[in-house]
Amino acid sequence: MSTPGIKILEPGLLSTLQDNGRFGQTQLGLSNGGVADKHSYYWLNRLLGNSNNAPCIEITGGGFSFVANSSLIFALTGAEMPLSINGHMVERWRSHSLKAGDRVDIDFAQGGVRSYLGFQGGFAQAKQFGSVSTVLREGIGGIDGCRLSRGLQLSVAEFKAGSNWRHLRLAEQHRPRFSNSATLRLIPTYQQQWFSRLQQRRFFSIRYRVSSQADRMGYRLSGAAIQCQPPKPLLSEGIALGAVQIPPDGQPIILLQDRQTIGGYPKIGAVLSLDIDVLMQTQQGAEIRFVPISMEQAHNQLHLNKARREAITLEYC
Amino acid sequence: MTTAQFHVQLASEDALIVYAEADSIATSNGLIRALDGLITAELGQVVIETTPSYGSILVRFDPYKTDHFHLRQKLKHLTSVCVCQEQTAEQLVTLPVYYSVESGPDLQRIAEFAGLSIEEVIEIHQAQVYQVFAIGFAPGFAYLGEVDPRLALPRLSTPRAQVPKGAVAIAERQTAIYPAPSPGGWNIVGLCPVDLFSPDSNCPMPYKVGDNVRFEAINKQEFIDLGGQL
Repeated sequence: MSTPGIKILEPGLLSTLQDNGRFGQTQLGLSNGGVADKHSYYWLNRLLGNSNNAPCIEITGGGFSFVANSSLIFALTGAEMPLSINGHMVERWRSHSLKAGDRVDIDFAQGGVRSYLGFQGGFAQAKQFGSVSTVLREGIGGIDGCRLSRGLQLSVAEFKAGSNWRHLRLAEQHRPRFSNSATLRLIPTYQQQWFSRLQQRRFFSIRYRVSSQADRMGYRLSGAAIQCQPPKPLLSEGIALGAVQIPPDGQPIILLQDRQTIGGYPKIGAVLSLDIDVLMQTQQGAEIRFVPISMEQAHNQLHLNKARREAITLEYC
Repeated sequence: MTTAQFHVQLASEDALIVYAEADSIATSNGLIRALDGLITAELGQVVIETTPSYGSILVRFDPYKTDHFHLRQKLKHLTSVCVCQEQTAEQLVTLPVYYSVESGPDLQRIAEFAGLSIEEVIEIHQAQVYQVFAIGFAPGFAYLGEVDPRLALPRLSTPRAQVPKGAVAIAERQTAIYPAPSPGGWNIVGLCPVDLFSPDSNCPMPYKVGDNVRFEAINKQEFIDLGGQL
């Protein structure tokens, strides 16, 4: 019997190994990395009974195929990528069984951008600096710091599902719906006072578009320019997830999972992480608006979201 | 006793940023390092990671264990007992550099900017002991300061698409070595043959924030013997 795992037949447009990310390595200049849509990843792990940091594959755009080397249990969440096992369409957002030799095809996205493929037990991949998350720009994590390629064999950690394992599904009303627009809640932070009242009001009224420069490092938006009046030069400083920097050309850049650790452009605030999950499922041309919320509201939203999710019971199928 | 002021600001839903303002970058950077040590020692239960830089430190907390009010209070307390660590740099790292027109395509421009000869530019750059003020931009990329004002040439108006691994470069009063090939807009004065980021080593980087660094000129043969590539 071969080691539990899969062989990649088609890696698709861009697929990488990810988990929640790499923390506490900023003294080396290492980015956090980690799954772009944490909400879809949370459900993936719940559906499989995995730990909340189990290594998975983030599939961007779609077009991913693999063959199982052994009996496995897997699930697919995130973007709307039609899923089939041995040519038969099956449901996403639920767990499925595979036996050795079964082929799985994940088609191109019809809504959303990134999907999450996971196996019960998670991939058995060595961590680098505390995480398996791949940061391509740094060549760190995953398989030699690279995107997944055709022919690659990935091992899945042994698991004890037992004969009483019953497949789970997330009811449709709880699944996210993807559209190519997003309203992002933003906490005014950092150098927001360097922007006049007028510029701040403009920022919250402009309809931006996601530009062609949108990846895991940052989403550059295009729209009317925002002016900043720096009272002094800004020394490079730590950049939080979701920080929105305004470079001299006035076009905002939302800094994301693979962002550089420090930078010197003024920042007008930071996007709520729950909305980053939504943003990361949009692509070039998506319409983006910002609405202000307070730090206290943000804190409440995080706790509410956690409580809501934990209260949802998965269905047996 | 140096006069310093700290202030704490919001950064994101799970991060605060503390700024230290003092009469020099070296002093504020020393305060930030001291504060980083205190945060690690005292607040490890609720702090996920810190990102120290020149005169600031980003403090990321676990929003399910604490909130910004509590953390702000604790940070204010720590800043009140924080003493500058300016004098306690832990090590002096000496890095060899092959300075030449061949390995440093911007040496000539810096010499013209400064009204000096190339030899004088090299002499001034390696005469100084620099401090590591921050690490970031890329793994192992250390921001060193402060460069002699005579050599403080601004960044290139159009960055190079590819700066070679080991490039020693200047931007304003900062100097740095590119640990890996990358795009970059700093002015290149030479090449360093030493690996500055080895992810598989127990000690991936030869320096950390707060350390002192000096450069030592080597010739082409020494550069090649040390594993350097042109």
